[in-house]
Amino acid sequence: MTGTSLVSVRDLKIGAVTDAGRKVEIIRGVSFDIAPGEILALIGESGSGKTTIALSLMGHARSGCSIDGGNIRVGDHDVTGMSEARRAGLRGTEVSYVPQSAAAAFNPSKRIMDQVIEITAIHKLMPRKQAEARARDLFRALALPDPDGIGQRYPHQVSGGQLQRLSAAMALIGDPKLVIFDEPTTALDVTTQIEVLRAFRSVMEKTGMAGVYVSHDLAVVAQIADRIVVLKDGEIQEVGTTEQIIHSPHHPYTRELLAAFEPVPHVPVGGRDVPEDRAVLEVSGLCAGYGATINGEPKAKVLKNVNFRLERGRNLGVIGESGSGKSTLARAIAGILPAYRGSVHLGGQKLEPALHARSKEDLRRAQIVFQLADTALNPAHSIGTIIGRPLSFYHGLRGAKRDARVAELLDMVRLPATLRHRLPAELSGGQKQRVNLARALAAEPELILCDEITSALDTVVAAAILDLLKELQGELGLSYMFISHDLSTVEAICDDVLVMYKGEVVEALPATRMSSEATHPYSRLLISSVPQLDTGWLAGLEQDPELVAAFAQR
Amino acid sequence: MLRSKTTWLLIGKRLGIALITLVIVSFAVFFATELLPGDVAEILLGQAATPEAVAGLRKAMGLDEPALMRFLGWLGGLLTGDLGTSYVNKMEIAELLSGRLANSLRLAGIVTVICVPVALSLGIAAAMWRGTLLDRVVSMLTISVISVPEFMVATLAVLIFAVWLDWLPALSYGVNVDSLGAMLRAYAMPVITLSFVVSAQMIRMTRAAVIETINTPYVEMALLKGASRWRMVLVHALPNALGPIANAVALSLSYLVGGVIIVETVFNYPGVAKLMVDAVSTRDLPLIQSCAMIFCVSYLSLTTLADMIAILSNPRLRH
Amino acid sequence: MTVSSRSTRFLRLPTPRNLGYSFNWAGRIGLAVMLFWAVVAIAGQWLAPYPPGEIVGWDYFGGMSREFWMGTDYLGRDILSRILMGARYTVGIALGAVTLAVAIGVVLGMIAAVLGGWFDTLLSRLLDAFNGIPSLLFGLVVVAAVGSSIPVLILTLTAIYMPGSYRFARALAVNINTMDFVTVARARGEGTAYLITREIFPNILGPVLADLGLRFVFIVLVLSGLSFLGLGVQPPNADWGALVRENIEGLSLGAPAVVFPSIAIASLTISVNMFIDNLPTRIRDRSD
Repeated sequence: MTGTSLVSVRDLKIGAVTDAGRKVEIIRGVSFDIAPGEILALIGESGSGKTTIALSLMGHARSGCSIDGGNIRVGDHDVTGMSEARRAGLRGTEVSYVPQSAAAAFNPSKRIMDQVIEITAIHKLMPRKQAEARARDLFRALALPDPDGIGQRYPHQVSGGQLQRLSAAMALIGDPKLVIFDEPTTALDVTTQIEVLRAFRSVMEKTGMAGVYVSHDLAVVAQIADRIVVLKDGEIQEVGTTEQIIHSPHHPYTRELLAAFEPVPHVPVGGRDVPEDRAVLEVSGLCAGYGATINGEPKAKVLKNVNFRLERGRNLGVIGESGSGKSTLARAIAGILPAYRGSVHLGGQKLEPALHARSKEDLRRAQIVFQLADTALNPAHSIGTIIGRPLSFYHGLRGAKRDARVAELLDMVRLPATLRHRLPAELSGGQKQRVNLARALAAEPELILCDEITSALDTVVAAAILDLLKELQGELGLSYMFISHDLSTVEAICDDVLVMYKGEVVEALPATRMSSEATHPYSRLLISSVPQLDTGWLAGLEQDPELVAAFAQR
Repeated sequence: MLRSKTTWLLIGKRLGIALITLVIVSFAVFFATELLPGDVAEILLGQAATPEAVAGLRKAMGLDEPALMRFLGWLGGLLTGDLGTSYVNKMEIAELLSGRLANSLRLAGIVTVICVPVALSLGIAAAMWRGTLLDRVVSMLTISVISVPEFMVATLAVLIFAVWLDWLPALSYGVNVDSLGAMLRAYAMPVITLSFVVSAQMIRMTRAAVIETINTPYVEMALLKGASRWRMVLVHALPNALGPIANAVALSLSYLVGGVIIVETVFNYPGVAKLMVDAVSTRDLPLIQSCAMIFCVSYLSLTTLADMIAILSNPRLRH
Repeated sequence: MTVSSRSTRFLRLPTPRNLGYSFNWAGRIGLAVMLFWAVVAIAGQWLAPYPPGEIVGWDYFGGMSREFWMGTDYLGRDILSRILMGARYTVGIALGAVTLAVAIGVVLGMIAAVLGGWFDTLLSRLLDAFNGIPSLLFGLVVVAAVGSSIPVLILTLTAIYMPGSYRFARALAVNINTMDFVTVARARGEGTAYLITREIFPNILGPVLADLGLRFVFIVLVLSGLSFLGLGVQPPNADWGALVRENIEGLSLGAPAVVFPSIAIASLTISVNMFIDNLPTRIRDRSD
């Protein structure tokens, strides 16, 4: 194996220095090989070390990190043993890199073409004319629009999906033997992701280069990789072919990852002792926007005439891509962004548009939970203070009574009571999101507005949070409005689903019938774009090109 | 390069703010000096201050008019170049100032010409080889110069060049610039002192501006394309740091205004600042006002220029 | 093995290092010099070997000797004693001014950030206009107008440095104000006072303290500059800047009477800068 492989990594150890000056090992003895022309995926959650390993193949360690041991060989080159100048000679010609955020990786003050062909200039590979012609061929191969003119533009003049493909052209221009893709589609919307993935796949097939594909998303990786390495905490858990990992995983951690993908059909809790006719939330003709108001209407209108009704004890999902207005809807209902037209009724009672006009009682009954627990919890307050504040604010609890209730709430979200003396920075991402939930529960609300609360979490952790939400609903008779860009998340917890597109509701259906019965073309496009855990899914996927052109924001 | 409408709108807004600031500043300068204790007419008349004589002089000087009217009259005078007459030696202030202003501007000009290239190269070099011996020595020196008062840099310069080495005269008494050598000797000490003060600021700000661009993902991307350190800094980081650097240069030059007050006093250099400090000790009101306005206008122009450069160099507002 | 494990157990005291903060040597030196001057400012009176205002030596601009460690000044007074007393003026006035400036600036800055609207616009514009006057010049004009006394100096220096502090605190508070935890508190129905004191203030405290240190240095510099021009602390008292002015004639002789007060100023300002530059980033930029 070692004799024929293109890349061999043996017992790689990478260390990092923390803020406090402590030295920790973040990659602990990793070994793998890549055959010529093979695409290897590095799969893992945040902190698993997948990007660190990928960068080390170029001999690069981010500041604070250093390669402390082991051996990396790419082709005939011993990457770990060579000088920084020799490594520079390797980058772009032997190994090249496609970054996670192309928008940040393109220099804003230089034309795209100059940046795409820069590798040929640095390594003196070919004359400029020839390089530009080759770049245009790559643009064509990557299905970029206007391949002859796009190079003359500046990075901010093309869309995110296009930039991501342009960054692939930049990586391929020097004819490397190995291309590293570092979560190249994570920042994109699903409908955009498809096109980018397709372009990557076809160009890699044509050129026969080897690749390393770093991702947290098994379904995406299944479409492009030949073999998968599963990582956790800087160690390899399992290595296998894509088919084997997806269909017959050996390692318990891999199984856990896959289980988080299984669609869990949602069983409605509602019905119990709640009168059928009472809606917990009723929104009609809601319009909201940002910017200076002219004639009572804001300059930038985001929400356009939104109507829906949420029955007590049931859950409503709102899906849409970036810019669809789904988060604005939650903000308008909570009063953070006052609606300029339309009405919101909570439990049959009309809510004032603006926050300061609402009564404390009105505010208590609807609570909002945000996506990023990192910014939603005050880093200077202890967990006990954070959960305790709504208790004293809404319910006037003090002293021992309040402490007892805090412990109760922590228990409700399955956290130990000892956590209440800690600061948010000392908690894991999943724990923080549970505290975030506990604070909302402390108000004893009827409705919780969940704004992408699982999107920033790793799949396994996110699945656990969804389970918790369901349990709490059973215990407390809550209703959720659940906002997400991810259809499968919404299907796992919601009774009804709204599809939003450019500030309007284009489809409203029960969740169980969403995939099969959605009629609006945008809903169909969105549903068909969600990657499936099936190696043949992307190859077999057929989307109406006209539909794609009309709705996908590429 | 074409710039969008928003850019010009922002520039216009910034200019408008500068203008309003100028009015507020002139208001503050006028009324602060009005607070001077004692009646000007009485001070001027001295022994001969009979009540009738004081009243007569007050009327003649227009001091009996309301303060606001006098402010407007003064402002109008400033705009038309009529700066009034000095209380102390009865000379036209415009005349007193003209030669002094030329001297001060010459000093500032020489310092700028010396500082900008030296400070920019040192700042960029320190950023490029961050953490090396060069960077640490430069950082240590600049922080030391910034941490001490201007007059200390001046006294240190005198100690080294005049007392110990005996190369230069300690004071630049009267600028009789008959020969090149005499001129050089007269200017050397003030220029050395001011250059140290201004370059220290400039080096620090330039270094920070370049480091900020070096830490961006697109410069890391250049590294991953195999670019050398030179290429990374010169081709990718510097073009994007030009705006912040120009901003830093303009801002550092505004430190000239404070520095020049001390330096002209220490070296007895016949510039506007020396004139002003003397005017403060003789309480020559119109002279103080005019000098203060000159400083405020130059300070304000430099800070406004810095902000406008920052707006113009914002890549998001370009094209 | 046993030794090391035992020593780690003993070392679990709440030292800065164990709390996750560690100062390097430059930061420690800075801190030590700062503390030294703080003690001198309080106890200088009792430490001084001679009464600072009395002529004790026969020689003016006397050199360093066993009797007068730092020489004598232009009248024959003991420089060491005068520096020890001068610390009280320099450190005291600067500390008073910086405390006032930062306190007012931070409170106004946080209010402006939370309230926004016309209050923010008006205050910001006004204080920015104030920033359009060079600091030393402002001091010059005011002191020329109302004369120099210690309260006037403190208030003038406060007025010069308050707008900068406001600007800094407002910028930090605006950043915090957009964070989700503030939005959550707002959506809960919390009032402005709670938002400012409980949600925002604890999160800008670190950078504000670092800023306070830098501003202290600026104030010491401007105060020394004013005194050097003869507009600061008035004789017979003298801060360090005034000591340099009094003895500037001795410069051409290279007299210690000019050198030591200058070294005193530099040691204070450089040590504060060194301390702040080497603060652990966790304290300095905690709001980021």
